[in-house]
Amino acid sequence: MKAKSSHIVLATEGLSIGYLSKKKSTTIVSDINIEILAGQLIGMIGINGSGKSTLLRTLAGLQAPLSGRILLGDNSIESFSPEELAQQMSVVLTGQMISKNLTVFELVSLGRQPYTNWLGTLGPTDIDSINEALDATDCTELKDSPCYALSDGQLQRVLIARALAQDTPLILMDEPLTHLDLHHKAALLKLLSSIAKTKDKTILFSTHDVEHAIPLCDEMLVLQEGKVIMNTPEQLIKEGVFDRMFPEDHIRFDRELRRFFVEN
Amino acid sequence: MSLGSVFVPIKDIIISLTGGMPAKETWHDIITVYRLPKAITAMLAGSGLAISGLLMQTLFRNPLAGPYVLGISSGASLGVATYILGGTILGFTVAGTFGRWGLILAASVGSFAVLLMVLAAAKRVRDTMTLLIIGLMVGSLTAAVVSVLAYFSKAEELQQYIFWSYGSLGDLAWPEVYILVGCSLVGTIMAVFSIKSLNALLLGDAYAKTVGIRYSRSRLLIILATSLLAGSITAFAGPIAFIGLAVPHLIRQIIPTSNHRILLPAVMLGGAILMLLCDTVAQVPFSEYKLPINAITALVGAPVVIWLLLRKKKLLF
Repeated sequence: MKAKSSHIVLATEGLSIGYLSKKKSTTIVSDINIEILAGQLIGMIGINGSGKSTLLRTLAGLQAPLSGRILLGDNSIESFSPEELAQQMSVVLTGQMISKNLTVFELVSLGRQPYTNWLGTLGPTDIDSINEALDATDCTELKDSPCYALSDGQLQRVLIARALAQDTPLILMDEPLTHLDLHHKAALLKLLSSIAKTKDKTILFSTHDVEHAIPLCDEMLVLQEGKVIMNTPEQLIKEGVFDRMFPEDHIRFDRELRRFFVEN
Repeated sequence: MSLGSVFVPIKDIIISLTGGMPAKETWHDIITVYRLPKAITAMLAGSGLAISGLLMQTLFRNPLAGPYVLGISSGASLGVATYILGGTILGFTVAGTFGRWGLILAASVGSFAVLLMVLAAAKRVRDTMTLLIIGLMVGSLTAAVVSVLAYFSKAEELQQYIFWSYGSLGDLAWPEVYILVGCSLVGTIMAVFSIKSLNALLLGDAYAKTVGIRYSRSRLLIILATSLLAGSITAFAGPIAFIGLAVPHLIRQIIPTSNHRILLPAVMLGGAILMLLCDTVAQVPFSEYKLPINAITALVGAPVVIWLLLRKKKLLF
């Protein structure tokens, strides 16, 4: 295994996120100052409406920040052209209306768009990347299947393969574990963890599966009461961050077992 | 081209086309003045509408989208209706060569005006689905205005308008064909330059943005290509239904791919062939009768779409 480089891939400086409408801006999370290192698997958690998706969309450049800066390496995100940005980070989104008529290979090959010419011609390097991505996500056998024939779990793997084929140091994922059963959740988390380790990629994913994410994440990002807390899972447990995650009346976090319990 | 009210043998067609003189002199004129421009128009209309349909289906990620979802044909109808039906109110009549060009101009101005409205809307709304609904609303609006105009107009004017709305491939003289060729060429080139972004759009707007597509610019180019193709065809040949909707689906059945590099030339070819076939049927070979082309495309198109729905259970884009 290659020695881990510990340079900063993504950083934010005084970032505020939220929505801007004609008259007023609605801030969801403010004063975000985080530094994300290369080769790490980072889980982002927070209750519904805490701003997970908004933060991911803002980091991906799909939504403008209300204030503050996002740095990729040493440069501000605005200094990148769309193509350059697409070579720095890829995203996996859920609930997109993708064309189910695409074959798996076609879908994954779209990840090569930032590198191909104006017609999208795939060269030998592109084909290699695609095959490697299919292999890493165990999708090689599905290569020629149309997407409408895939199960939710398979489709999720294919979408991850597409992001891998884009060959970026940073991958952002919006709730990749939703709609998957326990077995597939575990398999996917392990896959993400191994991609981060072996391919030295940084993966930032949002999830509601706190318990499953704790043992595998290098660091976790908690969105709570309009603020962001980032630390290792161990430290977060010690500081009692998970205890405060939900309003107290229904759910309790057990620090020993690292699990949530429904109070009766 | 050999089939029509006058039968011309294939051999004589080739002679006429290569500049020679066929067995009968009238055959030469029939071929070069009437049937060749008509065949070219049919092919251009077929391929242009099929491309427009494909572009719209991908842009809106909706299998029911067609070349006219942006309100291009309703705009053209409004222009023509104002020109023909509004004549009584505004005090002029439509006649002769001026009338013919006036018709084309009215259709162009109408579709262009609607297009500008849709483009202005496109700049303001981020969501593509909203744009689709705006296009539909504009269609209803213009249809309503046309109804009002029709209500107040004379029977013969109404008839003239209805004949225009049937669509016709055969009314074009060579200068008009040249203009149509030009528009189709530019529109097709724009479509070719959109191939990469169209493929990215198959993943949805958000994904397209994250693979480095300049979204607003690509969307504008796709809309412009569609309006140029569908707009010029509607101006010269009237609103021709179904080809734009049905051909991309037919092609997807034959070629199982979503890659626009393959789909684009395939729908061009498919559209041209289907349009020629429809035109041959509309011509009612060897007879004096001519059926409205719009009726034939719908007669062919509708069963095809229904058959596909029954066979596949769902239409994918």
